[in-house]
Amino acid sequence: MDPASKLSIDIFKNDQESHIVIRQEICHRCEPKPCLRICPGGLYSINKETGEVVIEYRGCLECGSCRVACPSGALKWSYPRGGFGIEYRYG
Amino acid sequence: MERIDAVVVGGGLGGLTCAYCLAQEGMQVLVLERGDHPGSKNVTGGRLYLRPLRPYLPELWEAAPLERVVSKEVITMLGQGSSLTMQFTSEKFREMPAHSYTILRSRFDKWLGERVAEKGGFVVPQRRVTDLMKEDGRIVGVVAEGEKIRADVVIAADGVLSLMAEQAGLRGPLAPRHAAVAIKEVIRLAPAVIEERFGVAPGEGAAHLFFGAVTAGLFGGGFLYTNRDTLSLGLVLGIGAFIKSKPTIETHQIFEAFKGRQEIAHLIKDGELVEYSAHLIPEGGNSPLPKPYGDGILVVGDAAGLALNMGITVRGMEFAIASGYMAAQTVKKAKEKGDFSASSLALYQTLLKESFVLKDIETFRHSLEVWENPRMTGFYPQWACKVLEQLFWIGEGPKKRIFSTLWKGAKQGLLNIQALKDLWRMRRI
Repeated sequence: MDPASKLSIDIFKNDQESHIVIRQEICHRCEPKPCLRICPGGLYSINKETGEVVIEYRGCLECGSCRVACPSGALKWSYPRGGFGIEYRYG
Repeated sequence: MERIDAVVVGGGLGGLTCAYCLAQEGMQVLVLERGDHPGSKNVTGGRLYLRPLRPYLPELWEAAPLERVVSKEVITMLGQGSSLTMQFTSEKFREMPAHSYTILRSRFDKWLGERVAEKGGFVVPQRRVTDLMKEDGRIVGVVAEGEKIRADVVIAADGVLSLMAEQAGLRGPLAPRHAAVAIKEVIRLAPAVIEERFGVAPGEGAAHLFFGAVTAGLFGGGFLYTNRDTLSLGLVLGIGAFIKSKPTIETHQIFEAFKGRQEIAHLIKDGELVEYSAHLIPEGGNSPLPKPYGDGILVVGDAAGLALNMGITVRGMEFAIASGYMAAQTVKKAKEKGDFSASSLALYQTLLKESFVLKDIETFRHSLEVWENPRMTGFYPQWACKVLEQLFWIGEGPKKRIFSTLWKGAKQGLLNIQALKDLWRMRRI
């Protein structure tokens, strides 16, 4: 089962704007890009046209592993606004 | 501007326990929770050990929404296509009040939030705290969704990332080595099926840990806990080890490989996936905050790095609850003195040191160094499974003596400098 199908089972209330912003000027200098493999939701990818790392913030589980793994401080990371984001029913 | 006694950032176990105690003392306390209700952002493996909590609000925990009494402890060492399982049960685990229960945080924390409200504390959901308010170098309140809230003391109970403790200058950003990512699936199964599969009585359950080939040899492990009518299946990966690893495999792919193992597949068969979650675990039990307090602020639970990976058990929730309780005792004393400065709030650290919280963390301070050794999750499980495979295998040719198989295995795996060094290091766990 791919992560997107798993995320579709969860409840999200999505905000209009992303709570995680990628500072591209820093990100493009990063070689290992651990964000691409650490995210349990598989939400980071490389945009084929621009070559930039992009995030699909709507499925974010708010674990923060990308914030910890990012070696260059390229992520402007905050939690979603109050009342938005993932809502765990089991946890 | 009006000022309350205490504002708690985050409705988890540490924050809510603290708020409960303060409200019980008749103090004005406000819990700001960013989710729709306490627990809606929280995840555990997981299990709660009740014995260490006996001195702290014992009457409260017995009425909590607990899932199953853990009466069976199972550990599986996974090799490539092979595994060794050890199972332990004891009447002692069943004696009431029971030793340990599985729990699910969304319902558990929601329930605890209701208890806080009963005592007269205010739990306000959908309020994300973005900033600490500082005046003359001391913390005087918080900013939540643009609204300023003043309080004598701020309780930073905002979890493993603790942006509050970071803002207060009490800690830096979490280092990859001091965090593990946990990925979990909640899988629904009928209670009777759970009891049959795990061989437990109604109301009882199992705690099953996995290590070895489960994490592609990386620091971490797997877990499977039985809840009332669900299973919690999870994988924990050390972030430091993961980002240094060469293969380009993703975390969720490692989880899928783990889930696909025959050892797991039969346990979750026909179960329905009802939730997918992820959360960080502080591996900083090995380095909790040196100073979990400041002028006008106390840091509790995961936010203060109060967690412990003891290898065969992983603990955090008892520390969160106990630290919340001790933070409340500290605030009570500070209010009596009318002094919320760091030197007054330092009492919190003393209470933590006198309790099981910092004593256990000190005892197991070096366990991370032992468990993060890649041979513990890579070489040894694979080696042990290989030796057992040779012992049990009857092939086409003549079979060697058991002793010579064991001797050859020991020579390969244990009788070398590296293994002796590892063994020597094990004395610290």
